Amino acid sequence: MNSPLTEPAANQLASADHPGTGKNNDKREGKLSLFRLLLKDRFATVSAVLLVLIGLTALIGPALMGDLATKQNLLFANKAPFSFAYGWEYVLGSDSLGRSMLARLVVASRTTFSVALPAVAVALVIGSLWGVWAGYHRGWRENVSMRIADVIMSFPSLLLAVVVLYVFSPSAGNIVLILALTRIPIYLRTARAESAELQSRTFVDAARTFGARPNAIIGRHVIPVVLPTLLTLATLEFCYVMLAESSLSFLGIGIQPPDVSWGLMVSQGRQYLQTAWWLSIFPGVAIVVTTIAANVLAAWLRIATDPAQRWRLSLPRKRMIARIPVKEAKP
Amino acid sequence: MLIYLRKRILSSALPLVVVIVGVFALARMTGNPASLYLPLNATQQMRDEFTARNGFDQPLLVQMADYFGGVLRLDFGQSLRTGQDAAAMALRAFPATLQLAATTMVLAVLLALVVGCWAALKPNGIADRISSFVSMAAASIPDFWLAIVGIWVFAISLGWLPTSGVSGASAWVLPIATLLLRPFGVLVQIVRGSMVSALSEPYIKLARSRGAGELRVVTHHALRNAAAPALTVAGDLTVGLVNGAVVVETIFGWPGIGKLMIDSILQRDFAVLQAAVLLTAVAIFALNILIDMGYALLDARVRPVTARA
Repeated sequence: MNSPLTEPAANQLASADHPGTGKNNDKREGKLSLFRLLLKDRFATVSAVLLVLIGLTALIGPALMGDLATKQNLLFANKAPFSFAYGWEYVLGSDSLGRSMLARLVVASRTTFSVALPAVAVALVIGSLWGVWAGYHRGWRENVSMRIADVIMSFPSLLLAVVVLYVFSPSAGNIVLILALTRIPIYLRTARAESAELQSRTFVDAARTFGARPNAIIGRHVIPVVLPTLLTLATLEFCYVMLAESSLSFLGIGIQPPDVSWGLMVSQGRQYLQTAWWLSIFPGVAIVVTTIAANVLAAWLRIATDPAQRWRLSLPRKRMIARIPVKEAKP
Repeated sequence: MLIYLRKRILSSALPLVVVIVGVFALARMTGNPASLYLPLNATQQMRDEFTARNGFDQPLLVQMADYFGGVLRLDFGQSLRTGQDAAAMALRAFPATLQLAATTMVLAVLLALVVGCWAALKPNGIADRISSFVSMAAASIPDFWLAIVGIWVFAISLGWLPTSGVSGASAWVLPIATLLLRPFGVLVQIVRGSMVSALSEPYIKLARSRGAGELRVVTHHALRNAAAPALTVAGDLTVGLVNGAVVVETIFGWPGIGKLMIDSILQRDFAVLQAAVLLTAVAIFALNILIDMGYALLDARVRPVTARA
């Protein structure tokens, strides 16, 4: 019964394109479609629009502003933000080499996204498939998988990253791998719990009685039911991974210059804090805005993809605070 | 109780062993360790000498036995930078991190208990709004940026606090405030949630009907039962605090184990990094055991079930 919901959810999650693509699938039974539900919720709509805008900026922005971001102009060095006196490109100020802050932020957004999105995708796919498989079969497969997850989780992710990035050089690919590795257990645990519960349900029993193979049952009956939960989790995880990449870049073991990411920009601006505060503050604001938007959208998605809770969204909304995500403990 | 503890110790020891083996494997996987330890401009003769001196020309099994022996004797070799004993450097840096983490955790738990109980007693009240806001902030604000904003506002603009260092009590304010955000934001929601469900239990009604005051109901009856989930999460958060400590120590120049790790990475000082990482892993192992013991002592319902399982 959940399967018609997964597609629009996936569309919005990717934040890639117009959330409206889900509109046509859901018209039956006179239910509100996910898209119409989204429009009813102001905060979730604003968050979705923001994420789409930031995503589009990361996608096409660097092509438009790539040259501007590296163009140095010492005449315009360290210009304060919020002034149009030096042209639109210096509206967010400039750094000590006279490069436009705005253009650098745009170019950095692509680096940040191109690390966070693949890391989330890899962890989501591997962790979910593994967890669903372990939960469906139970027994030793479940035990071994849970032990492995415990081992990874009981170790601070930054330590692991530190050791691995010491031995292998810090490149975007290695950062994606290490972030994906440390986040796999989150999906593994969730998917296992859900799938262990599902595999004893009647509809799975029925499929088994018909002689369907385990992999076919997992693919056609278990995964569609588990998917909304996992996609909501992935939205939350996007925030976590983005923050982790920023931390690594900030510490100097993540993205390396001349590439820029938001975390690296904060770190580079740190030594100019006394004279040019905007160099550190603006990239941080970009990170915070993106993570808050993704958090709000994840909170909305969690309710919207849960048939038992969805009615809440059709009520007029009073306060945003009532639905702020109660985050699961994440070390 | 003993069976339970033995089981927990065994399962907590597994990550420790994985870490020890993993560090060894990673260090050897990159090929010749000489290129890892020695500076980039080392001559071939230096490389050969280094390889022979450290026994890297021996078979892998012999090397592995040597390595484990060294770990047991806390012998990780010498720092390339200072020539000091790597284990001694790590041990010296450890108390600074421990002070920082312990103070933060105690503050976070106390604050979360007070604000969380208050929020559970008065839904939609001020405390409830504060706790929602903080947990949102904890999930969205990068700690390194928060630290920098703190420096910008309180150290540079207002001049109230020092930008870095460990001199005096005022130096503690910004690092602890930065570290506090995440554990507090997560814990306050956990406490609030478990207090809400504990307050609706029948034994609370019983206590109230026997005339217990509100304060006694909260502290003696509800909180005792609501504290167990908070304790488990607090343990997980302490493990996560290591992540925060690395960032905060780097920014504020705090001479702890996190700063030591980052410095040893940037200066390619593998012996020190190895000592610091393994010491941290041992500390986390010990912490997990302590939490399990506390958990068993706190909640009588946990003990028999887990011991039999």
